Amino acid sequence: MEMTGAEITIRCLQEEGVEYLFGYPGGAVLHIYDALFQQDKVKHILVRHEQAAVHAADGYARSSDKVGVALVTSGPGLTNAVTGIATAYMDSIPMVVISGQVPTFAIGEDAFQEVDAVGITRPCVKHNFLVKDVKDIASTIKKAFYLAKSGRPGPVLVDIPKDVSAHKTEFTYPASVNIRSYHPQGRGDSQQIRQAAQLLLEAKRPMVYAGGGVVLSGASEQLTDLVRLLGFPCTNTLMGLGGFPANDNQFVGMLGMHGTYEANMAMQHCDVLVAIGARFDDRVIGNVEHFAQVPRKIIHIDIDPSSIAKRVKVDVPIVGELKLVLNELLDVLRASRQKPDVEEMANWWRRIEEWRVTGGGLRYKNSSEIIKPQFVIETLHKLTGGDAFVTSDVGQHQMWAAQYYKFNHPRRWINSGGLGTMGFGLPAAMGVQLKHPGELVACVTGEGSIQMNIQELSTCKQYHLPIKVLSLNNGYLGMVRQWQEFFHGNRFSESYMDALPDFVKVAEAYGHIGIRIDKPCDVEPAIIEALSRKNDLVFMDFRTDPTENVFPMVPGGKGLSEVVLSEDL
Amino acid sequence: MRHIISLLMENEAGALSRVAGLFSARGYNIESLTVAPTEDPTLSRMTIVTSGSDAIIEQITKQLNKLIDVVSVMDLSEGEHIERELMLIKLRAEGEAREELKRLTDIFRGRILDVSDHTYTIELTGARVKLDSFIDAIGRDLILETVRTGASGIGRGNRILSL
Ligand SMILES: Cc1cc2nc3c(=O)[nH]c(=O)nc-3n(C[C@H](O)[C@H](O)[C@H](O)COP(=O)(O)OP(=O)(O)OC[C@H]3O[C@@H](n4cnc5c(N)ncnc54)[C@H](O)[C@@H]3O)c2cc1C
Ligand SMILES: Cc1ncc(C[n+]2csc(CCOP(=O)(O)OP(=O)(O)O)c2C)c(N)n1
Ligand SMILES: [Mg+2]
Repeated sequence: MEMTGAEITIRCLQEEGVEYLFGYPGGAVLHIYDALFQQDKVKHILVRHEQAAVHAADGYARSSDKVGVALVTSGPGLTNAVTGIATAYMDSIPMVVISGQVPTFAIGEDAFQEVDAVGITRPCVKHNFLVKDVKDIASTIKKAFYLAKSGRPGPVLVDIPKDVSAHKTEFTYPASVNIRSYHPQGRGDSQQIRQAAQLLLEAKRPMVYAGGGVVLSGASEQLTDLVRLLGFPCTNTLMGLGGFPANDNQFVGMLGMHGTYEANMAMQHCDVLVAIGARFDDRVIGNVEHFAQVPRKIIHIDIDPSSIAKRVKVDVPIVGELKLVLNELLDVLRASRQKPDVEEMANWWRRIEEWRVTGGGLRYKNSSEIIKPQFVIETLHKLTGGDAFVTSDVGQHQMWAAQYYKFNHPRRWINSGGLGTMGFGLPAAMGVQLKHPGELVACVTGEGSIQMNIQELSTCKQYHLPIKVLSLNNGYLGMVRQWQEFFHGNRFSESYMDALPDFVKVAEAYGHIGIRIDKPCDVEPAIIEALSRKNDLVFMDFRTDPTENVFPMVPGGKGLSEVVLSEDL
Repeated sequence: MRHIISLLMENEAGALSRVAGLFSARGYNIESLTVAPTEDPTLSRMTIVTSGSDAIIEQITKQLNKLIDVVSVMDLSEGEHIERELMLIKLRAEGEAREELKRLTDIFRGRILDVSDHTYTIELTGARVKLDSFIDAIGRDLILETVRTGASGIGRGNRILSL
């Protein structure tokens, strides 16, 4: 039977097992929306802004191991989606975005709502396609899902002109994909893996540095086995949190700009470093030259060869899928029946414990007068037993959430690390909540960030999403204020927002519950109250200390050991 | 150091812009870039001349390999290879200079393709340095127009870039 391109598009999504399609209609996608209307397998979630559609698809993907899917119209629909696409790209999130395009005959004529979608998104997608013939829709969508999910994941855009979605052809969904130019690596090189095992066994001051790749590949179990087998310290990047259980003694906390003192010192002074699905970001190792002052051997395991040796020299590169590589590495280590030198390990751990003391760990001076933001996160952690899904926006509140909410499981911590996109938190939480109905989803945000996608409170109402929003309202674009305090002589240029709305009323206007919390003693009762409202979205407006800063801090361009600690300690 | 990178890619709309975009987005140098379909019409062959430290060249080849449309990549300058560039050059050729220009063209094994009262149009093929020295030998004053294709390269002997 012949089907229209629009019907084929939706059929393909059904074939891929897509539960939710996050989108916003418009002229160029009317046929697709019409096809969507006439079926009930793929559920459409109508957001209030295309950026939010993409973030919601992103949150859905991050909290599961599935591909997130979004649908937007041409022109402004697509340009609104770009921030979301770039966010997913920077954090390697599997996603398919379908965009409408003006009819093929009008392309290039500056037609109404025409933009060069493939050109605009080229630098921030894993790949993109313009489908010019209805016969190519099915095979293109099949490829898009395959590319998004395999190898190093990422967003893939499929741009479908309006006439193509109206044309008809026979539908067959390809059973498999073969792209002759694309062969992501599976197993790692066995020789290299044996060499890595040898280095690990001979290490005197080893360090395991694990990133978002562990979460993406579902290799937490393998990582945990490896770290425990060897008795090594383990740190996570911001993207890797939950990849190794935070309540394990061998966990030394997050590293990097706002990482713990012990994680950064151990990173700086180790003699053998194994990087696992982490990409030596500038917010992680700071100044590359400073990092290179201490000689150390580096083993780097990553599926993307271009992640390896991009910023630092690597001694043992291993390209491959983490799960497979770690399994093989574990086999080699177990078969060797060797263990790292007991005495050396004890010495190394003694030094790490000393750093734990000098650095003060993660401590802050609590107050009975004014709400400390860290206290809010600690309380949330206590009350949820560390089992919530926590999404966040970008800024100081993001760092406090990362530091003080201890994640023991992967895919629970959902934030924009690479692009650092304010406005990510709430829409991402929608995707998470839809994927995990009945589970607790908390969105930690700031009064600045929340206003970048606050309209999504309306979407939350429509689909009954009982997200708990914790807004750490310090009245400032706090992260900017902090940098201005440290590096720009306290000149708080445009980091203070006057005329903030009454967030309680805003929440109520959207049909939700709002609570304003001014005093430290009200923090716990408010969160308990919010958590008890299982079916409601509760917006908590915490008035927090406007002068609080995030510590520790390794200033940009500095070395990991040139860290600034809190004066409160 | 100067490197000649050769690649095979899908002969599809947009493939060229992915490569060009990669170079500008990541701040890599491009000295020249040539591209045309091969005997297999689904494939294009591209030669890129670039420069950079070993680390940068390593990133360039990795990033090129990462592009979905790119089928295979080879750094020709890592081994024995042949490099050729075509130049079409139009010279002011008047009076006594005409004889001298013809002689120079012969020395460089060029060919005069077109002659007018006042001009010669010359075709010259060779490695970049050869074309450069021809330009030097002529001198800027006589040159009216130059068109260079940029280098194309191929490995020697058994060095073959294929699917
Ligand atoms: C305000 C702010 C402050 C920040 N401060 C910090 C900080 O203090 N500390 C910190 O760590 N970060 C911080 N970041 C985040 C930082 O910018 C980076 O996003 C982050 O460090 C990158 O994490 P990653 O190295 O784990 O890489 P990711 O971006 O998670 O990359 C994952 C890597 O794993 C690889 N991979 C993916 N899948 C697989 C697989 N199946 N098998 C093998 N490999 C795979 C990929 O190729 C990639 O190289 C901050 C961000 C913001 C916005
Ligand atoms: C879209 C976007 N614009 C600008 C920035 C730069 N930026 C980073 S943090 C920040 C302040 C965030 O303020 P708020 O949400 O109130 O969080 P706080 O730091 O106060 O906790 C800004 C403006 C950004 N990350 N994203
Ligand atoms: Mg703020």
